[in-house]
Amino acid sequence: MDHIVIIGNGIAGVTAARHIRKKSNKKITIVSAENKYFFSRTALMYVYMGHLTFKHTQPYEDWFWKKNNIELKEGLVTDIDAKNKILNFANSSTLTFDKLIIASGSKPNKFGWPGQNLDGVMGMYHKQDLEKLEKYAPNSKECKRAVIVGGGLIGIELAEMLRSRNIPVTFLVREQSFWNGVLPDQESEMINKHIKEHHIDLRLGVNLKEIKSDKRGQVASIIIEETGEEIQCNVVGLTAGVTPNIDFIKESLIETGRGIKVNRFLETNIEDIYAIGDCAEQHQAIGQRRNIEAVWYTGRMMGETVAQTICDNKTEYKPGHWFNSAKFLDIEYQTYGWVFSERNKPKNEEHFQWKHPKEAKCITISYDKDSQQFLGINTFGIRMRHEVFDKWLSAKKSIEFVLEYLADANFDPEFYKLHEAAIMAKFNTEFDTNISLRKKSWTRIFSK
Amino acid sequence: MKTIKNIGLILCFIGFVIFTGSIFTGKNKVSQETFDTWTKQKVKSEFFIEKAQKEIVDTELSAFELSHRITEIAKASNKYHKSRKKIAWNKIIPLKWNKTSKDFIYPLARASATGWPQQNEGLFFWITFGLAILGGTIAFATDYKLLGKAGIKNNGIFQHSATNRGHLGILAFLFFVGFYVVLYFFPNYLVNPITAVNPLSKSLGGNESSQWFLYGFMYCAVMSVFAIRMFIKYRHNNYQILRTAVVLFFQIAFAFIIPEILVAFNQPWFDFKNAFPLNYSFFFDWNINNLLASGNMGIFMLVWGILLTLVIVPVMVYFYGKRWYCSWVCGCGGLAETLGDPYRQLSSKSLLSWKVERWVIHGVLGFAILMTALTLYTYFAEIESWRKIAFGISAYDIQSSYGFLIGSIFSGVIGTGFYPILGNRVWCRFGCPLAAYMGFVQRFKSRFRITTNGGQCISCGNCSTYCEQGIDVRAYAQKGENIVRSSCVGCGICSAVCPRGVLKLENGPEQGRINSTDILLGNDIDLMQYVNKK
Ligand SMILES: Cc1cc2nc3c(=O)[nH]c(=O)nc-3n(C[C@H](O)[C@H](O)[C@H](O)COP(=O)(O)OP(=O)(O)OC[C@H]3O[C@@H](n4cnc5c(N)ncnc54)[C@H](O)[C@@H]3O)c2cc1C
Ligand code: SF4
Ligand code: SF4
Repeated sequence: MDHIVIIGNGIAGVTAARHIRKKSNKKITIVSAENKYFFSRTALMYVYMGHLTFKHTQPYEDWFWKKNNIELKEGLVTDIDAKNKILNFANSSTLTFDKLIIASGSKPNKFGWPGQNLDGVMGMYHKQDLEKLEKYAPNSKECKRAVIVGGGLIGIELAEMLRSRNIPVTFLVREQSFWNGVLPDQESEMINKHIKEHHIDLRLGVNLKEIKSDKRGQVASIIIEETGEEIQCNVVGLTAGVTPNIDFIKESLIETGRGIKVNRFLETNIEDIYAIGDCAEQHQAIGQRRNIEAVWYTGRMMGETVAQTICDNKTEYKPGHWFNSAKFLDIEYQTYGWVFSERNKPKNEEHFQWKHPKEAKCITISYDKDSQQFLGINTFGIRMRHEVFDKWLSAKKSIEFVLEYLADANFDPEFYKLHEAAIMAKFNTEFDTNISLRKKSWTRIFSK
Repeated sequence: MKTIKNIGLILCFIGFVIFTGSIFTGKNKVSQETFDTWTKQKVKSEFFIEKAQKEIVDTELSAFELSHRITEIAKASNKYHKSRKKIAWNKIIPLKWNKTSKDFIYPLARASATGWPQQNEGLFFWITFGLAILGGTIAFATDYKLLGKAGIKNNGIFQHSATNRGHLGILAFLFFVGFYVVLYFFPNYLVNPITAVNPLSKSLGGNESSQWFLYGFMYCAVMSVFAIRMFIKYRHNNYQILRTAVVLFFQIAFAFIIPEILVAFNQPWFDFKNAFPLNYSFFFDWNINNLLASGNMGIFMLVWGILLTLVIVPVMVYFYGKRWYCSWVCGCGGLAETLGDPYRQLSSKSLLSWKVERWVIHGVLGFAILMTALTLYTYFAEIESWRKIAFGISAYDIQSSYGFLIGSIFSGVIGTGFYPILGNRVWCRFGCPLAAYMGFVQRFKSRFRITTNGGQCISCGNCSTYCEQGIDVRAYAQKGENIVRSSCVGCGICSAVCPRGVLKLENGPEQGRINSTDILLGNDIDLMQYVNKK
């Protein structure tokens, strides 16, 4: 019986294990150094904020693993002997495998800033980071101010976390506007405003120069590169993106670049060794995706796919239409298909935008300038149906079609105020059309 | 703002202290006239009357002393009668902890109270209920500013002792349980609080207030104050605002005011929204007889009650799910969604608790149905309800044990008292037979479901944590499956707290309502089809 060993019990590794178990009775062992049981990394923030306890972040009860005959091994893999199919652990134990799936995830970027290893400096990725934060920023008495470096999705979550305990936060963002490498200006600016309304000291267009320590080797202040300003603080959060967590693989025969190099079947250069999730790097980017996709959903999809291959149904990794979601403090964000920022958008992409006059709600619909084909939507403060957009993207519908049937896509809770009419009106004015909105239809929503 | 909140809390606290304190400071003086009326109704034993005449009439006593003396005299009297050669059974006073105080002692205690509250009913109302309501309203209203911008604000819930089974939680638990025990079994100690609502009772229905009127009023007051909390906490969410407003309306109008008005017009006290089998005494002989004796109105009530259970409830559940009742109409649900909302995260999500839940709730439904069947059998066979029919048990015995075990202990003492420990909706989840009945309809024949939004779930667990019914919502959502569960009361909180917009409560075509998938939306189409087909 094959012994399948999976390094990493994140969403990628666990999804692979579950699907292999569904299809086979192979021996499965999942290895992790972080926590014995799978937990949802995306929920770490809610533990600090007191919405959840850590236990709540674990999607399966503890008996689940035994019941499904999935072995859990705690330990840090220090090196992979790919030739002899042996894993070596920090405590010098070993484990042999027939097939290996590496799903070791990411680690926070550190760009060699002076002082980046001081006490009180942390990323926000692992469970241990959460424990550190609890130690250095338990409340606003112990932590008079925190500085967050890097304006991405994790940075804004960390800011929200600290604000939930009334800790003053300074947020250093390299870009001229929050996340505007990804978001169109309208949205990025709306988020800037929202961040400030939450009493976060947002500094745009600045970089970190160095972190200074006090006598005990703990953070005392930081210096801003551009202005030389010194900001007193007790905690520094480094959230300037993540990189694949693959240091322990570098010495092995497995080919790596920024991540572990894989082909479309998620195979590495070594037979019987696969890589999935945040740590995998495609030789060639798939469509408009990046070579390394560090998001929850792609980790899951790679897990689903690799399980098929391992269970003798060799399957190519073929992600469907791009989608993603996030929450910026109180504003929910969903995206389906591709919407690029003004900075990064391809030449053929045009945008139609609508923004609520008062509330923090807006949408951007991208379409092909020439063919009018609908390419994607960003929606802020309005929930939309994944299934409907997926269908429209596959059917290559036009932007006019999307607007006409927009009511089908609304996913806000019942009795919410609907905005389709206002959106439609704006479109008609801008495009000099006279399309009228169709009423929501269950038949259309459900038709495949 | 923080100061104003604290002032509110202090006012509320003072009201509470006076309210609770008044329980221990009752003064009674039984006049000859009161005594005579009471003994005429309740006592046959001359021994008792003679002894009580000496020891309690025209003597100033605390409520505790009075109750104690009556019990002691009753015991002596029973002993005396039992020592006779020929025992006069009708002179024995039944002594049972859960009956004697409320049926025997309470009427005398109520009629003979003479303390300060009785002389200053109005003022007493304002310094207890008035202060508590005002203070609570102020405290919750300040949340409008204190919580910050509209949005989900669950900060600190698992770090606060009141909402995490800490000291304050335990204290609330003891208070709730204690209150229900006193209310159901020892109302003789609640005479002062009952007096506080006397003016209101008189102006509404024209009668002196009873412990049930007190309960009804408190219920409405607590729900109203906590509804303000809901309106502010979920001010960005119209579903929450609407359903809270509607359930509050049904409570105040249908469970409180309309029944009192009916009584004022010499009609039976009737709560039009209280459906059998939650309203377990609906088919009891006394209720049927009472309705039949009340003219057209009574007949209408009887027909309405039957229609409600047999037609309206299932049809509505078919179209809208059981939420139409549980979260929009029902009083038990109303209390759970207002007073209970701060405790929703405490309900257990384990598979084990789901198993227990199914056994217990269906057990209660079975109990209710059997009891009703038996009751109706005795009714139509014209057997008196107290006559033993089998195993030395009568229909009345079964009714009263249901009333005691389920009606009082389960739905009250445990169902509400345990909010701070087991989460709100303890009763709705584990006990309510109507919920069990509607659950079948919802699970097998309904248009209601919670739709999962394709592959958007990040397994964060907010939905499961905040589901008061202990449904592991995430278990479905992370697989891309819709949630179709008999216990879901459609409170909509899972959808509200989801940070990724994954869940939507909706009524749609039955086809495709239950969608089991292996591969979620977003992956390779061929793979999805390949795996999901099998
Ligand atoms: C705070 C935060 C919020 C996020 N929010 C979102 C979001 O909203 N949406 C979204 O799409 N994505 C989000 N992400 C990204 C998402 O969580 C990741 O893409 C995803 O968790 C990656 O899963 P994975 O299985 O590839 O790796 P991981 O979850 O990182 O799991 C890898 C595991 O392997 C273990 N491991 C690594 N090396 C070794 C070793 N040598 N020996 C033993 N064990 C090892 C690690 O300890 C870890 O437990 C968020 C990430 C963070 C940190
Ligand atoms: S599943 Fe959602 S709507 Fe249903 S009871 Fe639970 S939280 Fe409420
Ligand atoms: S709250 Fe939303 S994202 Fe989180 S587990 Fe539930 S459905 Fe998934």
